[in-house]
Amino acid sequence: MPRGFDPPTGWTPDQPLVAIEDVHKSFGEVEVLKGVSLTVRKGEVACIIGPSGSGKSTLIRCVNALVPFQKGSIKVLGIEVNDPHLDKLRLRKHVGMVFQQYNLFPHRTALENVMMAPVQVLKRPRAEAEAEAYALLKKVRLEGKEHAYPGELSGGQQQRVAIARSLAMHPDAMLFDEVTAALDPETVKEVLIAIRQLAEEGMTCILVTHEMGFAREVCNHVYFTDRGVIVEHGPPAEFFAAPRDPRTQAFLSQIL
Amino acid sequence: MTARVLPVMPPLPKVLRRDAPLPRLRLSLWHGVALAGFVVLTAMAADAATEPAPRAGVLAVLVRWSPLLLRGFGFNILISFMAMAIGTVLGAFLGLGLVSLRRPARALAWVLTEFFRNAPWLVLLFFMIYMLPFRIQIGPLSIALPDWVKAVIGLGLPVMANVAEVMRGAVQSIHPGQWEAAESLGFSRNQQLWQIILPQCIKRMIPPWMNLYAILVMGTTLASIVGVNDVVTLAGQVQAAEGGRTDLLVPLYGYVLLLFFIYCYPIARLTQRLERRYAVRI
Amino acid sequence: MHGIAAWFRHLHETTGINLTIAYDPFDRARFLHGLLVTLELSVITIVGSVLVGLIGAWLQGARLVWTRRIVQVYIQLFRNTPPLVQMFFFYFGLSSVLPTMKNSFGIQEPLVSGFGWACISLIFFAGAFNVEIFRSGIEAIPSSTIEAAEALGYTRLQTYLNVVLPLATRVCLPALTNNLVNLIKTTTLAYAIAVPELLYVSNQIWSDSVNVPEMMVVLLVIYTALVGLLVAAMKAWERALRRPGLGT
Repeated sequence: MPRGFDPPTGWTPDQPLVAIEDVHKSFGEVEVLKGVSLTVRKGEVACIIGPSGSGKSTLIRCVNALVPFQKGSIKVLGIEVNDPHLDKLRLRKHVGMVFQQYNLFPHRTALENVMMAPVQVLKRPRAEAEAEAYALLKKVRLEGKEHAYPGELSGGQQQRVAIARSLAMHPDAMLFDEVTAALDPETVKEVLIAIRQLAEEGMTCILVTHEMGFAREVCNHVYFTDRGVIVEHGPPAEFFAAPRDPRTQAFLSQIL
Repeated sequence: MTARVLPVMPPLPKVLRRDAPLPRLRLSLWHGVALAGFVVLTAMAADAATEPAPRAGVLAVLVRWSPLLLRGFGFNILISFMAMAIGTVLGAFLGLGLVSLRRPARALAWVLTEFFRNAPWLVLLFFMIYMLPFRIQIGPLSIALPDWVKAVIGLGLPVMANVAEVMRGAVQSIHPGQWEAAESLGFSRNQQLWQIILPQCIKRMIPPWMNLYAILVMGTTLASIVGVNDVVTLAGQVQAAEGGRTDLLVPLYGYVLLLFFIYCYPIARLTQRLERRYAVRI
Repeated sequence: MHGIAAWFRHLHETTGINLTIAYDPFDRARFLHGLLVTLELSVITIVGSVLVGLIGAWLQGARLVWTRRIVQVYIQLFRNTPPLVQMFFFYFGLSSVLPTMKNSFGIQEPLVSGFGWACISLIFFAGAFNVEIFRSGIEAIPSSTIEAAEALGYTRLQTYLNVVLPLATRVCLPALTNNLVNLIKTTTLAYAIAVPELLYVSNQIWSDSVNVPEMMVVLLVIYTALVGLLVAAMKAWERALRRPGLGT
């Protein structure tokens, strides 16, 4: 079968888009994820919060198969990620990822960064990809910066280019790994505005974040992880107002 | 108002601090001038020390034989270009093998790289001179392999191994986030390597590559030991032609040193300038 | 011993692989002597060049401009000229201007032997590279660390020995390993001035016994082993110096 061949899986919109079930992950001797389960429906925004080392980044990397996991199952649109014969390109057409360190390709301009993958991976016609890249950069409010190199852009601008780059692949879901953690407080806002816009347009998002205010306003469901397990979860209103578990209470009192 | 004397120690001299410029001679010409002056001085000293017989002055000898010595030096440069070209092309392939995902390819590349990096260049030269035939027959074609061509091959092999190692180092120095981002976007391994990683590697590879070239230029003198007529053998022959005068030795070899210095020092300066962009910080 | 020699003789008779160094006592003696000379050359030049590197790196931080300049001239001279020509310069050139002395046979003999000049030449050659390597290690130390040492009252020498060197060593060990490996390989240059090191005696052996390929293989194996030994020792040292959180 050609790479990226995407037959229908029998997924219907009433099923969760991303279904994580009892995932266990160890790095050598150290168990980082000890049985994590969560589901995200189409159009939902799920936020994962927690102290460092709780396994949040690892979990999100398991979803798009950047990191293999030993036990459990993750189904994205019905595609099983733990399948040893998984066609990774097929998975990654449906799930896009934005990183904390932006990871833009420094030897290409912003426009080329956004266009590269659609042209080379999805084999779309160049003119079409270019037009769409211009539109996406305009959408994240970077009109005029298309021909700048990443080195010439600020952190917030680079992060928005990274978001546009992932959007160019037309994913069904987006993963955000602490995307504002490396930014100055002034530039954090512009990135959050871009993410909020995406959420309001109906994109399914899983966010690992420290921005509690953002989580409260934009998320449909908040998950709190600590030492490899999900301790507590709920809709933001209940979660932030009345956390039940003492660990959650301790964590929130430190942050808020 | 008088200046207040603060009860602290004065700062360290600038040279020990990280932000101080490297102590270097501002006029690069001074080195060359000093060396040239040294050659002239020893020539004059040698002159003064010889017996009072009508013999040509050392400086006159150097000037007379200069065309020949320069031609010999040109031969060294030619050998260095050819060996560098062969070594770079082969080394690029070997480097790709070193970063391959397939274990057998990686293992084979590793063995070849380690072998040619650890072998002394002179031993490899002897090996080529003795083991390669005088002539190779490819069908109707009969290609002669003179000694200097064997020397080029012999020098190209360690260059190949070092270029492979430089490439491997450059690929490994690319931030893993680049690989992650490329993977997340669905690029295949080949696309990741050729479109994203290798273009970023090229800039990083240039200073060590230039450094390697300088080392190679100096390695071409080894060819004189295996019988190639390069500038070092020519210097020995000049001394013999002038009657084996011992007072010619220091000026002659000083002259050869000067030739290499004039060629290699600018390369070294350029390399250092490019290297400072990628300096190590703890 | 006799059994091994007999086996190699048998090997020669059946397969044609002629390893005279194994069964011929004269060849074996020469070969082992050559190996010894190479080992001596390696050890002396390694130790000498490291010392030169340490002293040179120290002098490069000196207060006097001319001290620093002289060290710079030395480095640039020895880095940008071929080691073979340096060796010829020392052996043919300098020894011809040095006085000679009478040895026990009453014959005039040069003051420094070929082996001596080889050592001197190689020590200066590798030392120049070592000065640069140590200096890059020193430069990698943040100035704030040095300032902290100053603030505690350390003199420049104390800072160099107790703070700068330990940190700089960790940074420059890979480059130093590289340079010392190169040094071992460069000892073969002593061939050109008739020092009876490994390559020289191997040349004599294969000229006499006409077994070039076998001797080549033996040579390559031995140098690989020597280099491997050095690299293993340096890696062990690197591991011993490792501290949690320090370094790449």
